[in-house]
Amino acid sequence: MTIPMLSLMLAVPLVSAIACLFVDARTARWTALAATLINLALGVQMWLGFDIGGAQWQYVERAELFGRFAWALGIDGMALMLILLSVFLMPLCILASWDAITKRVPLYMAMFLMMEVIMIGVFAAQDLILFYLFFEAGLIPMYFIIGIWGGANRKYAAFKFFLYTLLGSVLMLIAMIAMIGEAGTTDIPTLLNYDFPVAMQTWLWLAFFASFAVKMPMWPVHTWLPDAHVQAPTAGSMILAGVLLKMGGYGFLRFSMPMFPDASGQLMWLVFGLSMTAVVYTSLVALVQGDMKKLIAYSSVAHMGIVTAGLFAMNQQGIEGALIVMLSHGFVSAALFFCVGVIYDRLHTREIDRYGGLAVNMPGYAMLFMLFTMASIGLPGTSGFVGEFLSLAGIYEASSWAAFVCTTGIILGAAYMLYLYRRVVFGELTKDDVRAMPDLNAREWAIMLPLAAVTLWMGVYPESFLAPMRGDVATLVARVADSRVPSDAMLTAGKPVAKTVAETKGAGH
Amino acid sequence: MTADLALVLPEIILTIGGLVSLMIATYAGDRAVAAYQGAAVLTLVAAIGAVASTVGNAPATAFMGTVTVDAFGSFSKLLIYAASILCILIAPRFFGSGMRGEYPVLIVFAAMGMGMMASARDMVTLYIGLELNSLAAYVLASFMRTDDRSSEAGLKYFVLGALASGMLLYGISLLYGFSGTTGFDGIAAAFAGETNMGLILGLVFVLAGMAFKISAVPFHMWTPDVYEGAPTPVTAFFATAPKVAALALTTRLAIEALGPGIAAWQQIVIFLALASIILGAVGAIGQKNIKRLLAYSSINNVGFILIGLAAGTQAGVEAVLTYLLVYVVTTLGAFLVVLNLRDADGQPVESIGALAGLSERNAGLAAALAVFLFSIAGIPPLFGFWPKYLVFEAAVLADLVPLAVAGIVASVISAFYYIAIIKTMYFDDVADVQWGPRGPLLERGLIAAGALWLSVVGYLFIQPLAGATAQAAAVLF
Repeated sequence: MTIPMLSLMLAVPLVSAIACLFVDARTARWTALAATLINLALGVQMWLGFDIGGAQWQYVERAELFGRFAWALGIDGMALMLILLSVFLMPLCILASWDAITKRVPLYMAMFLMMEVIMIGVFAAQDLILFYLFFEAGLIPMYFIIGIWGGANRKYAAFKFFLYTLLGSVLMLIAMIAMIGEAGTTDIPTLLNYDFPVAMQTWLWLAFFASFAVKMPMWPVHTWLPDAHVQAPTAGSMILAGVLLKMGGYGFLRFSMPMFPDASGQLMWLVFGLSMTAVVYTSLVALVQGDMKKLIAYSSVAHMGIVTAGLFAMNQQGIEGALIVMLSHGFVSAALFFCVGVIYDRLHTREIDRYGGLAVNMPGYAMLFMLFTMASIGLPGTSGFVGEFLSLAGIYEASSWAAFVCTTGIILGAAYMLYLYRRVVFGELTKDDVRAMPDLNAREWAIMLPLAAVTLWMGVYPESFLAPMRGDVATLVARVADSRVPSDAMLTAGKPVAKTVAETKGAGH
Repeated sequence: MTADLALVLPEIILTIGGLVSLMIATYAGDRAVAAYQGAAVLTLVAAIGAVASTVGNAPATAFMGTVTVDAFGSFSKLLIYAASILCILIAPRFFGSGMRGEYPVLIVFAAMGMGMMASARDMVTLYIGLELNSLAAYVLASFMRTDDRSSEAGLKYFVLGALASGMLLYGISLLYGFSGTTGFDGIAAAFAGETNMGLILGLVFVLAGMAFKISAVPFHMWTPDVYEGAPTPVTAFFATAPKVAALALTTRLAIEALGPGIAAWQQIVIFLALASIILGAVGAIGQKNIKRLLAYSSINNVGFILIGLAAGTQAGVEAVLTYLLVYVVTTLGAFLVVLNLRDADGQPVESIGALAGLSERNAGLAAALAVFLFSIAGIPPLFGFWPKYLVFEAAVLADLVPLAVAGIVASVISAFYYIAIIKTMYFDDVADVQWGPRGPLLERGLIAAGALWLSVVGYLFIQPLAGATAQAAAVLF
């Protein structure tokens, strides 16, 4: 009998979360760190054991525990990568909260470990109802994390986050019930190949879209995100931007596109329109922000716009690119939020104008912040470039106009990120309190360096991350191939014209 | 005749046991709490045993078809009796020196009335059971007779309850007049025939009377005042056992007696459901008193239960029964927490504002209440999600998608006020309340067990629960 790897990865943080509630702050910190590191080790082990090009679903487990639905877990390459992203970020989040969180530490650590259980559960669930349980469960720990350990306006942000996401998701539940009624099964691999009637697909697609668009978030339902990010503690923002937003993209990949391919094709322009608006509009909004976290939050919305457009380009490059953007954004935005957290812990403000000249007294910080800024812009050699280039190539294949608008967003992205960097790091070091800020300590280096390493790894050799997903993306592309909308950018062969007599003669000379 | 009597054994046990408890209370005096309380609890336990021994038997009717003993009634009775036992056990600590022997006796008699409601198969049985329960309930509401709020609650409940009984009786008389019988089967046969204005009118009045008993909007007005005014153990009782009885009765009535008239009552039930969900949610938002808030919450939940009934299918009835079970556990748990909220002087604390920062003063109680509230709001992965899922599934499969969508969107409004209490307990600064010592081990154990079951543990018991509800629902079709 093989070890039920996924159940084990769920059990480790779950047991530790319960244990954390009954110990003191110091023990809770170490318990949480140990549990997340064990899970990271298990995740790496799972990656090494993943058979690329083998069965679509691996590490499959199934136990008929609940009568109406099953404890069914299993991963494909896409889920594997997202689980790895989660388990990689979790120990970093725990470390990031090591000194910053002093209030009610055991509860805090328990909530983060619950979050880890939920994230792994979402990506591993192979049963529709089990997926919904995990997907929605994320609201509860995040509500507490924002509400208890957040900033001044944390209660408002926690409510907004909770109710917005809940409202989106309940419609998905109705759609799921209708699907179960129609197909007669809750098994996701079976549903992936079930052909729903076309008229029904549109409604189901829209209901799922309501949920994933809020989670993603797409313009115009993104407004909860800036509030949640600004108010959440640093580690909360890291996990929110790093993993929770990816649940929306994962939802599109796992449900909307393969289960309702016809509706996906018909409604592609809705997604493209919203994505294009998001990319340009939120980039412009980010440009004028005075609060660092808010700026990065808006930049997340813009990046997610590229993800949705890439996904609904419905071709190999677009989807692979979107997946790489998702992973890259997971690392980079978590790193950027941590960069903000580092200086927030020192000066207790997120206002850009209060800083300036950090390159003088915090050179190590300035260097790493530069790296992540460049990764966010998409400089070649960093993970951002690979993802954005691939997805834009895919979008271009689907629509040259959409590609044009989305690329504009990348230029704007460079503008707001460089502008942010210039104001915070460069310039004269005039303020005394800023001059007194010490450079990164060992703990902060320990958080930043793994993130920097992964960012560069993914930028230089993305194949390590693309290889496990390639087969699954190909399956998905084949599934939606018939519903793809013809593109304006597709090459069309011209008609051969018969040569005139004169030309023929001329050629004979 | 003997066979008939054997079938109503639980009711006989309750009658004799109730009278014995009354005698003990009279002769031993109000101070002998353990004696009369013990007698009442034993009576109910014996009744549970009597009901449990019939589980698995084929449905049978007694007394010329006026009473039926079937899985549906048994399921409801077990729930009613269990909730009644708990409401007896929690009372002495609340009333203190004001505890009187009538309390457990009245609950036993009310439980008997409710058992009759759940197994009625004739309009007259229905009415007798209902009145037996109601009369006991009126007295219970004004049990603290020196307390103005309690007396007001009793009087208000009585006046409005009498009005509702009048409407119900009028409806029954119309149904009798136009069908020529008070038996459910005969009425169903009349509905299966030609549509008749008199029958429809009777149906409307009967449903209006029932809507009062289950406190569905627009017949809910008494609920917040009575819940707030009545002593907390009595409120816990009102919110659970009579709700189960009245909803079980409404379900049986709608399916067995009015089944062929589904086209007529379905739209009424849909209206009651949506109005209850929305008004229950909106009305709760501004509440400052936790008991009043739980009253609106019960209105809201009745709305969700009625969605299951509106489906009119076996899956819908199964959902109703599952929902009732989870609702009773959650509500009792929430009221147990409220009972344990006492300040240093032993005074009960009912204001929501006083809960501020409770999580730092009494982490266990706050966590349990948070579980109950998230659960009743239907947020996964807590078990309160499951009955909501079943109810909506029944509605979608019965082609009532707009109802399901409206209901589920309105559930987001109700989530707002539940999470607002959690906000008060966890996010707000600690309120200036001196909390008293911890409650007795029994109550804390029950709270912990309830919270544990409503967290993910409940999902492990879906299969036996589904089996029991399916068996119970099947007898109605």
